[in-house]
Amino acid sequence: MTATPPFDLWVYLATSPLLWLTLTIGTFLAAQWVAKRSGFHPVVNPVLITIVVMVLILRLTGTSYDTYFDGAQFIHFLLGPATVALAVPLYRSRHLVKAKALPILASLAIGAPFAMLSATGIAVLLGAAPAIVLALAPKSVTAGIAVGIANQIGGEPALTAVLVIATGILGAVIVTPLMNALKIKDYAARGFAAGLTSHGIGTARAFQVNSVAGAFAGLAMALNGLATAFLAPLIFGLFT
Amino acid sequence: MLFGLFILLACQLAGEIIARGLGLPIPGPVIGIVLLFALLALQGWRKGAASAETGPVAKSADGLLANLGLVFIPAGVGISQHYQLIFDNGLALVAALVVSTVLTLMVAVGVFRLVSRLLPGEEPQP
Repeated sequence: MTATPPFDLWVYLATSPLLWLTLTIGTFLAAQWVAKRSGFHPVVNPVLITIVVMVLILRLTGTSYDTYFDGAQFIHFLLGPATVALAVPLYRSRHLVKAKALPILASLAIGAPFAMLSATGIAVLLGAAPAIVLALAPKSVTAGIAVGIANQIGGEPALTAVLVIATGILGAVIVTPLMNALKIKDYAARGFAAGLTSHGIGTARAFQVNSVAGAFAGLAMALNGLATAFLAPLIFGLFT
Repeated sequence: MLFGLFILLACQLAGEIIARGLGLPIPGPVIGIVLLFALLALQGWRKGAASAETGPVAKSADGLLANLGLVFIPAGVGISQHYQLIFDNGLALVAALVVSTVLTLMVAVGVFRLVSRLLPGEEPQP
């Protein structure tokens, strides 16, 4: 058997799931290492870094997104079970819910629709295209649920994934200085707001600040995912 | 691990069947969350909460959630197909994200604090 010439080897690898799967996981691990070195600064977000690097690699090699996704779909598939997995932290925090049931329900009942309506309202006022407006609606929800919601209400799922990550990073950067400026010392309330507004990335930030805040943030992330999934089709279903 | 993964997938599958079968406008995995929570509550009630909180399902869930960021990446890379949409709407996008994020944080924390304070005799808050 003769050795395969480098060009033919690339032609083979560039269309195989193996290459794109390995590159995606490898880049993510490297990005996590960089984030750790930065002391987990919220701006140094491993998800964001990996997306930027992968987009650059696809550009430089002239690879289409469809070819990439053929490989990466094995990871994409895990969005579903990872979303279902949120039931576990939700079950673990059931005592928190009992102790603070009314503030939690009130904050959720007002915060969940507010997160959607404030973002979509501003976008409509500034004349954004309908696909942009609908992609913004689930921006405060963890990506697994948000992508599903975007599909259902007619928003662009890939754009939603990026807006979700951007919202997470923004919330994680803003939450501590904002709450300090407002002189709010109640870490249950602070954490709940962080998780409701900026899902998993806000929750990770809350855990770094205070463990009570982290627990309430995780709870808010799961509850807001549920609430938004039920509310979004009711509010935005008219457009599709 | 395999059993835990099976339960997660089975809950998602049941969620998809319920959502599509009944024509509900809710993502299947969201119904899956509700189903899995019910299963955990049932297990906790029969065998004690510790068994539900640390069993095989909880272990598989923790493993997936610890790497949650990874599963967003394939969808996020799809942004490469939408440069034009973003450039054309850049200002609206940035304004909507920043203003909505700040306001949502304030509204959520404000309502939480307000209702906490309204509750009688429930304020040993640090």
